Amino acid sequence: MKRNKNLKTLIYHGSIWVLGLLMIYPILWTIASSLKPENEIFRNAASLIPSEIRWDNYLQGWEGFGNLSFATFFINSTFVTTMVVIGTLFSSTLVAFGFARVNFRFRMPLFVCMIITLMLPQQVTLIPQYILFHKLGWVNTYLPLIVPAFIGGIPFFIFLMIQFIRGIPRELDEAAYMDGCSMFGIFWRVVLPLTTPALATVAIFSFYWTWDDFMTPLVYLNDTKLYTVALGLQMFSDPASVSAWGPMFAMSVASIIPQLLVFLFFQKYLVEGITAGGVKG
Amino acid sequence: MPEQANVAKYNSNSDKLHKQWKVDLIGFAFISPWLIGFLGFIIGPMLASLYFSFTNYDLLTAPTWIGLDNYINMFTNDSRFWQAIKVTFIFVFGSVPLKLVFALFVAMLFNTKRRGVGLYRTLYYVPSILGGSVAIAVVWKQLFGGDGAINDILSLFGIPSISWVTSPDFALSTLILLVVWQFGSPMLIFLAGLKAIPAELYEAAAVDGASPFHQFIKITIPMLSPVIFFNLVMQTIQGFMAFTQSFLITEGGPMDRTLFYAVYLYEKAFAHFDMGYASALAWILLLICGIFTAFIFRTAKSWVYYESEGGK
Repeated sequence: MKRNKNLKTLIYHGSIWVLGLLMIYPILWTIASSLKPENEIFRNAASLIPSEIRWDNYLQGWEGFGNLSFATFFINSTFVTTMVVIGTLFSSTLVAFGFARVNFRFRMPLFVCMIITLMLPQQVTLIPQYILFHKLGWVNTYLPLIVPAFIGGIPFFIFLMIQFIRGIPRELDEAAYMDGCSMFGIFWRVVLPLTTPALATVAIFSFYWTWDDFMTPLVYLNDTKLYTVALGLQMFSDPASVSAWGPMFAMSVASIIPQLLVFLFFQKYLVEGITAGGVKG
Repeated sequence: MPEQANVAKYNSNSDKLHKQWKVDLIGFAFISPWLIGFLGFIIGPMLASLYFSFTNYDLLTAPTWIGLDNYINMFTNDSRFWQAIKVTFIFVFGSVPLKLVFALFVAMLFNTKRRGVGLYRTLYYVPSILGGSVAIAVVWKQLFGGDGAINDILSLFGIPSISWVTSPDFALSTLILLVVWQFGSPMLIFLAGLKAIPAELYEAAAVDGASPFHQFIKITIPMLSPVIFFNLVMQTIQGFMAFTQSFLITEGGPMDRTLFYAVYLYEKAFAHFDMGYASALAWILLLICGIFTAFIFRTAKSWVYYESEGGK
């Protein structure tokens, strides 16, 4: 009986490892290819072990193209992402508190509107927004990327915060109200400090989606000096301009390192965010 | 009723009314960022886009009204529109069920108290973290390229090289595979759903002699149905919106075989600057998504089981 159980455990772990290796093979392959000498990348392609480690792929890739190094793209992406995260935290907490805790008229119909926009395909508003930003003279600036975050551009985050704030006991609000606290005071001193885990989730998700975002910068940024990492990498990997594959793979790896680091350190909040949206929704 | 009581009632009502007015102001102040965005960046632009869809508009000259011409053209005279619809439907119906089945399967594997599950969960989730990035799209193209790693591995089994990305037969499947590979989010949602199913249900079923398959059909699926529903809606909408994979890996080709709807729309708007036509395309997309969501919601009543209604 015991042996049988051990065998089962072995099969379980064994098959999960095999499947798991298959799952992350493409990522390992990218990392391996980024360290391989040029002539080895597509000869003996499947191998994950470089015959010698070539760190200069990274140095060469970092230099980028034209006069633009990847340092520029990373600075641009960091700036845009930081601003978007700040904007998202600002708008999602305020709006969520309003919906979750203030009994104003038209609250329900507006809440329903918000939920509907949760399912609105981005492409539907893309063109008129582009026309609007074009008229405002915002094309080829970061404003179209950043401003929407400050006005609740991604309702998913508002929804997530509402779910979380609903879980905070109302008695706390009432006690603070009795003590003469204003609504804003309740928001700022009572509710906001208790939402820290949800704030982390929101910050991490908005970091991910902004760092990854390809379509918005593609539409709004023309000047290569303004390119984010996603756009820079796309240009760098353009078949017409790729002269060396090693640096291309190296920069692919570099572009996902921030995401990997955040994932490793803040995994817990990510998992909570995904499941909170889905199960209790 | 004595008059005094009436007066008191009136007073408290007006007091209430006065207070409600204050509460409204506070409420709207809190939601104002979203409200501004909703009116200025969603409702306004959507109405504008509805108007543009009836015009010929190239962004430089003023829009000219052409009535239903864009829509009529699209349905009767634009084979690429139909191709984009076809490709997008195949993509959505190919990738969403596969992704969800896989996500559920893996979630069930992980729904155990064995050691190491936390690590495994991380391992299986990594592709979903990175899969949407430009880096992975760029790499995917090389991985499945003519002399990429996949062909190298297949050659070990004596399978001849296939040019996955440039072949009309395989290009779309390659993109579907990329999306299915990122099953991490629905997997985590399923896993949380599975953990919420009371163990007593399974114990009782096992005592009654139900096979694991029976338990799956009679307990797991119904108990999980709200979660399946959520995943289905979200993944379907995401599928209709897919852009990056096709744009970067296959550029809609070969021979429009991977022309996603969003890619076609992008091309019309930002390569041809045919904003009127592209707006019409966007409205049709909204309509399609709306019909599908409504369909899923409609049928939900018959297969989604809510404990609070059915159980208690």
